[in-house]
Formats: sequence, structure tokens, C-alpha cells
Amino acid sequence: MTAFALVLTHAPVDADQGVIQKIFYVHVPLAIVALGGFVAGGVLAIMYLRTRDRRWDMRSYVTIHLSIVLAVGVLITGSIWARASWGHWWVWDEPVLVVFLIVFLLYATYQPLRFSIEDPDRQARYASVFAITAGAFVPLCFGAVRMAEQVTHPPAATMTTSGPGSVTLTFLVALGGMTLLFITLCKYELASKNVTAHVRRLRRRLAGDDDQLPASGRSAAPQL
Amino acid sequence: MLVVALSSGEKYVAAAYVVFLALVLAYLGIMAAKLSRLEREVVALAELAERGDALNEDSVAKEPVA
Repeated sequence: MTAFALVLTHAPVDADQGVIQKIFYVHVPLAIVALGGFVAGGVLAIMYLRTRDRRWDMRSYVTIHLSIVLAVGVLITGSIWARASWGHWWVWDEPVLVVFLIVFLLYATYQPLRFSIEDPDRQARYASVFAITAGAFVPLCFGAVRMAEQVTHPPAATMTTSGPGSVTLTFLVALGGMTLLFITLCKYELASKNVTAHVRRLRRRLAGDDDQLPASGRSAAPQL
Repeated sequence: MLVVALSSGEKYVAAAYVVFLALVLAYLGIMAAKLSRLEREVVALAELAERGDALNEDSVAKEPVA
């Protein structure tokens, strides 16, 4: 909310792009947090493989799941910005856009991969390997694109450091707000998933079933 | 009725922020639906547990006194 207020009142209107540049304050924090979430999902998957504790797999799953939701937002807000700025909804010869789409499509296969594996241990193991590989792919991909050529898509660092202080302040507040929103939603979903697992276990126990039986039905979500 | 005249650029900016808000609201809506389903399950479990307790009390009461 503070970030929105700053965007409306404090952030200056860009001399080159005009008011359209204000999309930057929602699009770039969304992209940074989504990509950071993908990398964090890989780190949490490493923790699962080290400890074999299903709670790490659950954390990795929730982080990647939420990052995919944010990535949808990045693609839509980016398309709106491209249309307003360049006159096209999508530009195929712009490497950053295409790389982000590739990363999004890569992670779009994460849920079907999990769903296709019935055994919970195997599901967690395979999904962790996927999360680590894809998580390493994200910084490599974007680093390579940035190093390879000077692209038309403006890097976030250039836009924040070359502008006046109010641009940097608004951007940092927006980025902080987006990070807090991401962490809060992650904790919310984690709590919901944990309570669901406890309720299922309790229901099986009250119904007189064996507590060791797996939850009924196949699911992409980890089974605690 | 308040009518705000937006320029073409402002419409794109408004659209981008509305998309973000809609995304967050949709996510929260789905989570709220899941939470209410969970609430119904907890209520059903509580009823099942109470029924179990009542059955146990009945069986204890019916046991013959030595």
C-alpha cells in the first residue's frame, strides 16, 4: 500500500516513457521476487535431499507454486508495458522476454511432473532434482543474456540507479512490499497445507484406519 | 458519479496494477475457499470424536458391576 502511494505521489514521471514507466514499480519487483522464489525453491529442495524431511519438500513446493502465480503476473504486466511502450503485446526478438517465457514454461511442467508420480517418496525426490536443476538454470540464463548483448529491454539496476533518488526509494519500497507479500502468502499456504495434512491423519485415525496408510487420491502437493 | 478521464498511458498503468491486484485477490479467494472446506472437515471430525466419546461412555455404563 505504501509502495502504491509512493508510485502515485512520490515517483517522478519519466522524461522518456512518461507515465507508462510507472508499470516498472509493479512489473520489476514481481519479476525479481518470482525468480528469487524459483531459486529459493531449489535451495529448499537441496535441504530436502540432505535431510529427507518432507517439510522441506512442502516448503519447496509452496515457494515454486507461488512463484508460478507471480510469473503469470510478470508476463501479463510485461505485455501491457510492451504494448504501451513498443506498440506490440509481445516481441519475440527480445531475449529477456523470451528467456522469462522459457523459465515460466519450464516451471509450468513442475506440477504435472509431481502429479504423474504416485509414490510420495519418489515424487519428492524427482521434484527436488527438478527444482534444483531449474533453480540453477534461472540465474545462469539471465546472466548469460545480460552478458551476451546490449538489449532493448532496460535492466532494472540501470533504471533505478540512473534516475533520481525518489525512483530508487519507490522501487525499493515496492520490492520490499512484494517480498513481504510473497513470504506472507507462502506462510499462509504452508499453514493451510499442514493443517490439511493433520486433519486427514486425524480423520483416518477416527475412522479406524491404519495411520500409516497414504492419503486417498493422487496429488501434486507433497503428502506429510 | 465520479468520472476520471485517463490518458492512454494512464489506462495501461491502471490495467497493469489491476492485473496485479486481481491476481492477489484470486489467490486469496482460492485460499479462503480451501480454508472454509477445511473448517467443514474440522467440524465433521469434532462431531465424529464426540460421537465416539458418547459411545465409549455408554459401553462403560453398561459394564456389569462385580
